Amino acid sequence: MAWFRKEKKPLKAQNKRDLPADVFEQCPGCGEVLYRERLAKDLRVCSKCGHHLRISAEGYLSILLDAGSLEELDGNLRASDPLEFMDLKAYTNRIVTAESDGSGEAVMTATGRLDGIELAIAAMDFSFIGGSMGSVVGEKIARVSRLALRRCVPLVIISQSGGARMQEGIYSLMQMAKTSTVLARLHEASLPFISVLTNPTTGGITASHSMLGDVNLAEPDALIGFTGPRVIEETIKQELPKGFQRSEFQLEHGMVDLVVDRRDLKKTIALILRHQLAGWPE
Amino acid sequence: MPLEFESGIEGIRVQIDKLLDLADRRGIDVSSEVEVLREKLLEISRQTYENLDAMEQVLVARHPQRPYTLDYIDRICTDWIELHGDRAFRDDQAIVGGWARIRGRTVMVIGHQKGRNMKENLDRNFGMPHPEGYRKALRLLKQAEKFGRPVVTLIDTPGAYPGIGAEERGQGEAIATNLREMARLKTPIVSVIIGEGGSGGALALGVTDRILMLEHSVYSVISPEGCSAILWRSSEHREDAATALQLTARHVLDHGVCDEIIPEPVGGAHSDWDSAAAHLEDALDRVLSELVELTTDELLESRWAKYEAIGTWREA
Ligand SMILES: [Zn+2]
Repeated sequence: MAWFRKEKKPLKAQNKRDLPADVFEQCPGCGEVLYRERLAKDLRVCSKCGHHLRISAEGYLSILLDAGSLEELDGNLRASDPLEFMDLKAYTNRIVTAESDGSGEAVMTATGRLDGIELAIAAMDFSFIGGSMGSVVGEKIARVSRLALRRCVPLVIISQSGGARMQEGIYSLMQMAKTSTVLARLHEASLPFISVLTNPTTGGITASHSMLGDVNLAEPDALIGFTGPRVIEETIKQELPKGFQRSEFQLEHGMVDLVVDRRDLKKTIALILRHQLAGWPE
Repeated sequence: MPLEFESGIEGIRVQIDKLLDLADRRGIDVSSEVEVLREKLLEISRQTYENLDAMEQVLVARHPQRPYTLDYIDRICTDWIELHGDRAFRDDQAIVGGWARIRGRTVMVIGHQKGRNMKENLDRNFGMPHPEGYRKALRLLKQAEKFGRPVVTLIDTPGAYPGIGAEERGQGEAIATNLREMARLKTPIVSVIIGEGGSGGALALGVTDRILMLEHSVYSVISPEGCSAILWRSSEHREDAATALQLTARHVLDHGVCDEIIPEPVGGAHSDWDSAAAHLEDALDRVLSELVELTTDELLESRWAKYEAIGTWREA
């Protein structure tokens, strides 16, 4: 699978054996050494402990969309540097580095069919500057949402992001308003919006589109929260309980509808969309 | 307590006070000397406040003597009645809201409220709301919509509160829902950044038909301190971060997010609350008069167009 080659995590040698990295990969959850081929078949879910290893935007689109139905949108939009932002590194350099990995930005948008249902879809990508939302992410989500409006089809957004793209200053803050505004229009038009929250979904993403689904689905054990755990710990000067801000915590506190195994994601979304809008095949 | 860069201003203030005190005790006429000092004070205030760097702007926006939401309501509203609670959990006093009239027109006013001292801040949480604060705001927004009244929001917060309870009760969801619901609220809304526009916690009251900023207010995706910690991996670069973030009213106007800057009295809003409030009242009255002329469709179309246009990108 195409998305599979992006994985760059170095393989740790298990015991005395040196494992060929192109054949094996170790599960970060339980340490089990897994066959890459089997792991790919399992959509990068550990067969032993169920840990969900990170996958790319492209990975989600290939899992969810019917074969051959994907049509990517606005793949040519690239980040600009409106503030000429410079911290320890120039923002333009960060962009160049991120783009050199092959992905254009921190979100990929497309139209396609999911179990035969026409829909518009956006998948965020943590590997591009932490999946952070700047102008391009906001604009691509706005465009794909407007497409859903025009075609009267559902929208699915898979979130995987640390929050706002600080280097774009006020523009990045306003992207939260932008994605929420197009979702307001979808809401007005009674079109379904399914939000899928994956590890991690934090900061401005949690405070905008990712929490606004008619149905919010979370992958198991994903970090989901507004303020990151480190900042909370520093603020309140105490250690956070185990499992704090994980998917199961968010389910318990009523913030997500379901925690769904990645291998069941496609059929779960199809089931919900058929109830909401798409209806049932003859 | 004056800020560091205000020491020159404060020095002259002290001189004037001493002179007046002396005149009082000795029964002598010092009016001409005082007049000279007052002119000097005005001049040095003007110079200081025209040349603030980015971090100094942030400190002015956070000035402990700066007027807060209730201080403005006191000065520009009549018939104010505060309404409380989110009907689900509790009344979060970091946000206040209620009915009021501005120059005779009924509006719903909602704003962040900081405390003036430690005791007040125990209740107000330094103007950092929990989810129930945003849900109270939402309830009042919906009430304004129900009765076809315009909404004024006054924004002044370091940010939404980062705590365990806030996360348990859905800080992200509360803010997100406000963004979406403000985007489709069928009544005019105006927001004014009166001090600190701190990130998502500020924006949660800020999806509006017009965004006004007081001259020395700031609006930013993250605090300079937070930005320094993350991007410089040190707490010592808040000046660099403040500069890089371009968070002053002037910058936010130049980037097309702020629609209008409301001038402050020389020396900042904290030096003359009445005059700051008068400027605010003028601006609000003018903007509200424009907005109430629009139909609901026109209002929503232009609100959507405004937010959907924000952003910059390249095409590869
Ligand atoms: Zn495992």
